[in-house]
Amino acid sequence: MTTPASSRSQKRKFRFQGKYLLLIPLIFMSVFYLLPLYVMLSTGFKSFSEVNLQTMWNLPKGFSLDNYIAAYEKLAPHLKNSLIMVIPAALISSMVGSLNGFVLARWRFRGSNLVFPLLLFGMFIPYQSILIPLAVFMKNIGEVIPFLGAGTIPGLILVHVIYGIPITTLTFYGYYMTVPKELVEAARMDGAGMFGTYRHIFLPNSLPAFVVVIIWQFTSAWNDFLFAVILTGNQNWPVTVALQNMAGSQIIAWNVQMAGSFLAAIPTLIVYIFLGRYFLRGLMAGALKG
Amino acid sequence: MFSKKDQLAGFLLVLPSMIAVGIFVYGFIAWSMRVSFSQWKGLTPDYTFVGLKNYLNLFSDPRFHVDVRNTVIFTLVFVIGSLLIGLTLAILLDQHLPGEAFFRALFLFPMAISFIVTGVVWRWMLNPAMGADRISGLNLLFEQMGLGFLVNQWHLTPTWGIAAVALAAIWQMSGYTMALYLGGLRSVPDELREAARVDGASELQIYRRIILPMLWPVTLSAVIILGHISLKVFDLIVAVAGKQLPLDVPAIYMWQTTFDGLFYGRGASIGILLLISVAVLIIPYLYYSLRSGSES
Repeated sequence: MTTPASSRSQKRKFRFQGKYLLLIPLIFMSVFYLLPLYVMLSTGFKSFSEVNLQTMWNLPKGFSLDNYIAAYEKLAPHLKNSLIMVIPAALISSMVGSLNGFVLARWRFRGSNLVFPLLLFGMFIPYQSILIPLAVFMKNIGEVIPFLGAGTIPGLILVHVIYGIPITTLTFYGYYMTVPKELVEAARMDGAGMFGTYRHIFLPNSLPAFVVVIIWQFTSAWNDFLFAVILTGNQNWPVTVALQNMAGSQIIAWNVQMAGSFLAAIPTLIVYIFLGRYFLRGLMAGALKG
Repeated sequence: MFSKKDQLAGFLLVLPSMIAVGIFVYGFIAWSMRVSFSQWKGLTPDYTFVGLKNYLNLFSDPRFHVDVRNTVIFTLVFVIGSLLIGLTLAILLDQHLPGEAFFRALFLFPMAISFIVTGVVWRWMLNPAMGADRISGLNLLFEQMGLGFLVNQWHLTPTWGIAAVALAAIWQMSGYTMALYLGGLRSVPDELREAARVDGASELQIYRRIILPMLWPVTLSAVIILGHISLKVFDLIVAVAGKQLPLDVPAIYMWQTTFDGLFYGRGASIGILLLISVAVLIIPYLYYSLRSGSES
């Protein structure tokens, strides 16, 4: 017979030791998450002579860059297209989102409460429901302003900026709501107008929100496939479309596809590794109140 | 509180975005609807009104029936799988184990990758080839680990093949679900757990009776976010399986019939049906989130 006190302490002890057993399922799940990464990396480092579907799980015997070089030769122009598309798209988006968020959160006008949900809805629509008008519209724009029309990179940037308005506005809105109203009122007392208030109070304090939004837009524009495949010709394909085309062709071997996949994933992975904290915040903004 | 002039300035600053979204979202939806009520088929636009004909044809179209079935299977497997894995991982990570930050980062990294990359890699992992000299991918791994009974045809499995693609989607999105749940778990006050422990509740009881019920709002958000992603799924399936008919979903049908078959009228009606199914999920969600947001 144990006294209640000692049985309780035994129970606690058991719980304490049992806790580390929970690492087993965690490690097991880690394998699931690492498998695709492992197969991408290990295949990439194998030499052409070593590549074989039947030994795809074996570690590379040596260190070879054959696959990465072959994939890079195919994808380099498209990696460049992605970069010159994504950077302006992310920067412009963040500027637009910041101004919208500022007004809707702290410089409200009559009816601004109605504008907000109407903007937000645009974040969730399936793009299939606007794809046909979008394709026609961008083609028509191209006839008036050639450099902005369908098939061009600036056109794709414009589309990413516009469909990015809801999420970027939402993120800045949430961030600016934490700025005390009193601060805005004090600035107005001092005679600051709208731009003065934005420039002196909001803009200098919004670095974290800018980082979140730029990362978010960078990642989603980099990873986009649907808009790119509709709106660009093969000269201007970003890397996702080029990679999918490479994977769909019978000529390019699976090992080069694996290496190409990794190349296409590198930029967003780097962003994730170094700025993951901000990336997560962007994700959470997408969940509204969570 | 703001003067008319100040309000006007604010309005003017947001106006370009309102116009852009007004055209590119609402205007284009209206335009798509108009196309969906037309007989437009071919290179030149033809807006001759045919009423609901395109929709009615879809409802009796065997291919669209396959699409709906695939979407239902994909959604169920993807949403339930992501919720279960996400919740389990979140509870495990909530125990303050060593390496917590590492595990969290690892489970989330697939979110940073494009569906195309995921699809291309999983395409080879799900290689359905059979026979001793052709087997590869996960099937090969199962064989080598003595788990031969798990070997299967993956996305070539009749009817359920789409569930194999959902596995790749789970790989990509379950970390996100975990992050949502972890946020919910971290907001449960420690005093509440402590109080339950003092009352003699076991850890399991604390989770079942106290913590899980508190996570309902998180589950609701997760279901809506994952659900709307799965209704729109396109890139992932194209990358895993190309445009194979057995793995067809509405987004692929819309794509093919519009841009390969030039049947704009039908393509637009698929798009509008997708929009309606997403709106049924999203509008109540937006209403609920924004209302509870403005109350606090």
